[in-house]
Amino acid sequence: MSTAPFTEQFETAKGSLPGNGLAWLDARRESSIKEYAGLGLPTTKLESWKYTRLPTISADNFRSVKNRDGEFYIDDVPSLFKADTGAHRLVFVNGIYREDLSSADTLPTGVRIEPLQAALERDPDFVENHLSNNGAKDGEALYALNSAFMDSGVVIQIGRSVVVENPIEIIRLNGRAGSPVVRHPRNLIVLEDGAQATLVKSHTGLGAGGYLTNAVTDVHVGEGAILRHYTVQNESMDAIHLATFNVNIGQDATYEAFSLAIGGRISRTEANVNLNGRGGHCNLSGSYLMRGREHCDNTTVINHLMPDTTSREVFMGVLDDESRGVFQGRIVVHKDAQRTDGHQLSKALLISDKAEMDAKPELEIYADDVKCSHGATTGQLDETSLFYLRSRGIPEALARNLLIQSFMGESLQEISNDTVRDAIMDRIVHWLPAHCYLAEEWRQE
Amino acid sequence: MLEIKNLHASVEGKEILRGVDLTINAGEVHAIMGPNGSGKSTLSYLIAGREGYEITEGQILYDGKDLTDMAPEDRAAEGVFLAFQYPVEIPGVPNTTFLKEAVNAIRRYHNEEELDALQFVKMLRAKTKELGISDDMLKRAVNVGFSGGEKKRNEILQMAVLNPKLAVLDETDSGLDIDALKVVSDGVNHLRSPDRAILVITHYQRLLDHIVPDFVHVLAHGKIRRSGGKELALELEEKGYAEYSVAAE
Repeated sequence: MSTAPFTEQFETAKGSLPGNGLAWLDARRESSIKEYAGLGLPTTKLESWKYTRLPTISADNFRSVKNRDGEFYIDDVPSLFKADTGAHRLVFVNGIYREDLSSADTLPTGVRIEPLQAALERDPDFVENHLSNNGAKDGEALYALNSAFMDSGVVIQIGRSVVVENPIEIIRLNGRAGSPVVRHPRNLIVLEDGAQATLVKSHTGLGAGGYLTNAVTDVHVGEGAILRHYTVQNESMDAIHLATFNVNIGQDATYEAFSLAIGGRISRTEANVNLNGRGGHCNLSGSYLMRGREHCDNTTVINHLMPDTTSREVFMGVLDDESRGVFQGRIVVHKDAQRTDGHQLSKALLISDKAEMDAKPELEIYADDVKCSHGATTGQLDETSLFYLRSRGIPEALARNLLIQSFMGESLQEISNDTVRDAIMDRIVHWLPAHCYLAEEWRQE
Repeated sequence: MLEIKNLHASVEGKEILRGVDLTINAGEVHAIMGPNGSGKSTLSYLIAGREGYEITEGQILYDGKDLTDMAPEDRAAEGVFLAFQYPVEIPGVPNTTFLKEAVNAIRRYHNEEELDALQFVKMLRAKTKELGISDDMLKRAVNVGFSGGEKKRNEILQMAVLNPKLAVLDETDSGLDIDALKVVSDGVNHLRSPDRAILVITHYQRLLDHIVPDFVHVLAHGKIRRSGGKELALELEEKGYAEYSVAAE
């Protein structure tokens, strides 16, 4: 047997994993754990993991989640929205679904939102038909590990031409489990042809303490469908947050994703996007604000497979103290993807001498009629702007905050939903060092 | 109000000012004219407190206090204002928010109660009306997408809102057409008062047709070479700065 961590844990856990007894699923889990065992956890020797080193991870320092880890009293669920937006809300604590804190009972016809476990009981064929099955390629050990465990998660199905007006909010609260736990959530989001939905997901650490999340989310955006997919990662400062997104975008469909990362000791989001149909569009963007020794990695691959597809990526971040940011963005224009329009931008603001940014943009083009651009900049706060604000009486700390906010504001332009944009700016303002009264003022206007 | 004594200063090790002496009293408008590279902008930055501008000898006294070790925000709170030659664009920060932050920061400095949104807007509206500035300019991000004239008008608006005791206008005429020049000058003239001192820094005489100074000084290679009344500006317009060149020294 391999020495890859968690393989033994799998043997103990498999009998109680969701959907146990479903032949296809059991077989999937077994083959995945074998693939994972052969690969082991990713190391910096892999090209796509060059800039991100995982700490020593073993089953000894991360135990499996038990039901009781999610059953403690929560007095206040931190919704991203201040006012009641009528959001359909699902709450998970350490991966355990909390029906008592959720409100998913008022959904339009044709919409299903349920925990993975429930979906596997009700409609296992649907899950089987839509769950991605990449097979583990080089460096996809985390995907295989998740496919073996799949111990929690959400399944969302938006039926043909159904437009869900209110946002769907998935709130994940993690930590306070006594000792560090590992979770492997597997989410499935399916928008059938012509459907529209806005999904807002947040990960929030409850106090200090480490835990490991290895999530995979499979996304299908059907023909002409529109999915707005927003994520806020605010894990505890000792947490490891690893997330893989596999996204398939159909003809004339739009996928708009924006992620904000403001927590986690190590966070890495890997997105693999396929523009499978003519006229498909994706906007994959995000912001990150790191301090202390936090590390944030955004790795993306966008495959333009069909003609007239467009993609846009804007990743902007602020790095303080000894934090580190990584952006690896690859755009692949396949030979049939004529008239592809791909635009990619990485901008980082270093507000400490010891912070570091590594950006690696890559373009691979096999078609001849394409428009692609990419750019990466790393800079500091502009001294002239700082002096300008200070010369108007604004103290230095506040002036720096204003300039950071100004910088971040540019990246939030990528978010088309006003309520979400305001909520995310609010999170950013709260991240800023001191002088939070500025945030209060800002909001009132 | 402002007393500059034997001021020597350098930037990145290069000596720019070589002993400037200048005294400005409340109610007076002074103009400093000079060729490019004479140290005009350096002098304005030294008064406002920009980092990287080092005083090597002499001092700047403001209301009898030495400004040398004072942070720019504290100078602003004490009533020093610099209108920039090239006002900075700050995307994403609405002009109103910026002005309100500035006003309230200064009020906090003086242990005064901050203005709430309503009080502030009321005050701001009065100022924009006085200066003939459109509300549209307040909603937009600071200087973003502003024309040259709008940027300079925005500087004058900031000056009106912050109500300084000493205002330094650095090349306020640069990049302005004649109409914009008139609007900006009217704004400045509007702010002339017996309690306020104004220092206008300019290369050209034309601004001084609109903002008529009490005193004119010629700054050339780091020193005030000549001082006089407003007629000195006209003389410079006619003869140029040739006689103040290094070669002429």
